[in-house]
Amino acid sequence: MLSKRIVLCLDVRDGKLTKGVKFAGNVDIGDPVESARRYSDGGADEIVFYDITASAERRGIFLDVVEKVAGQVFVPLCVGGGLSHIDDLDAVLQAGAEKVSLNTAAVKNPDLIAEGASRYGSQAIVVGMDVLKVPTSAVFPSGYQIYINGGRTPVELDALAWARKCQELGAGELCINSIDADGTLDGYELNLNALIADAVNIPIIASGGAGNPGHIHEVLTKGKASAALLASIVHYGQYTIRQLKEYAAERGVPVRLSW
Amino acid sequence: MLAILDYKAGNQTSVARALKFLNIPCIITESSVAVASARGIIFPGVGAAGQAMQNLQATGMGDVLTEAISRGTPVLGICLGCQIMLEMSEENNTRTLGIVPGKCVAFDPGWVEAAGERIRVPHMGWNSLKIVRPSPLFNGIEPDAQFYFVHSYYPCPAAEFVLATTCYGREFCSVYGKDALWAVQFHPEKSGRPGLKLLRNFYDYCVEGKNAE
Repeated sequence: MLSKRIVLCLDVRDGKLTKGVKFAGNVDIGDPVESARRYSDGGADEIVFYDITASAERRGIFLDVVEKVAGQVFVPLCVGGGLSHIDDLDAVLQAGAEKVSLNTAAVKNPDLIAEGASRYGSQAIVVGMDVLKVPTSAVFPSGYQIYINGGRTPVELDALAWARKCQELGAGELCINSIDADGTLDGYELNLNALIADAVNIPIIASGGAGNPGHIHEVLTKGKASAALLASIVHYGQYTIRQLKEYAAERGVPVRLSW
Repeated sequence: MLAILDYKAGNQTSVARALKFLNIPCIITESSVAVASARGIIFPGVGAAGQAMQNLQATGMGDVLTEAISRGTPVLGICLGCQIMLEMSEENNTRTLGIVPGKCVAFDPGWVEAAGERIRVPHMGWNSLKIVRPSPLFNGIEPDAQFYFVHSYYPCPAAEFVLATTCYGREFCSVYGKDALWAVQFHPEKSGRPGLKLLRNFYDYCVEGKNAE
């Protein structure tokens, strides 16, 4: 049976690891290459690097990080943040990432999803969606709205409609980040994840809100996610990946326990 | 030296990175001379079967591969490389290399996993193997080891060549072999320690030949 995945997310700025809460107040907490190796040794099923480097001229540092990690860590690597052109995708995939995560650029230019999928295959294209709960309306029939620019800018796009559109354009996975839940440690937005998981046939990665092992178990069952993305809960040493996986496994969720 | 066939279809550099990490000498090549002198060949691939077959024909790498196999050079096919060593693929109804009898078939999204969830396509993530026949490829790999898969089609070789199966809604062949040729549907280069071990086993076989068995 296919295992549910635990995906570790590392935010990188200027080549150093940071972790933000509610998209603000980032602080440096380490070396991304070392962290990636530690998490892979600790049982991470996949590692996502999110580049939050502000200036384009410093992106080279980030590509170096990806390349170093790819030479030492042999689990799938995904890269997101600031990828807006097919050449950006090319650069990170050449550096050794398996997947790219598109967010703002996909909303602004949905053809990038199709172009990426046809050039590298759907498996390489993840669409990241920042989603905020809103009152149900004609514009937002699902009651969820898409935000871009790191969760700062609302767009007139219903999250459910956008998820379907991404699948149609060739996205291989969707990473659903709930802005409401992000950084709260109160649990994932189960309803949002299940809603989207039911509407598409590609895997869903749930993001935002993990605070305890129960939250992860919940989103992989009730939330119908194929993978749970984590950051703080593991970054700050509160739980090991093994503890989180064992908790889920004891409750019948298939996970990878041997590595 | 292992030759990683370069036919402009995907994950050659990922495989090379893993071999480099293992201190296994390798070259990514489209030279028939380099392939002819290699101890073993890795035949990787990502993407669509139709495009890959066109690339194999355009680069001449398809013939180079089949000639090397007929000389008895060990081969490890990975993912798309595993699929297109069979006779045909349902992906765009493509006629493939036909080195091993069988075909490559699409997952049926109607299939249901044991937990009651319908399967999502592609089959993406970590899954285990049920070993059907022993192989030097599996030396030292623990029974609960998992490997990283990403694919929408799965290999369906003639039953006698199946070495291991994997369950995703239903059981499918995830490793097959014929003489010194092996094919794995998963990505050993992305499957952590068990994946690296499998690559090491392949290299050991290439160096030590049948004595490794």
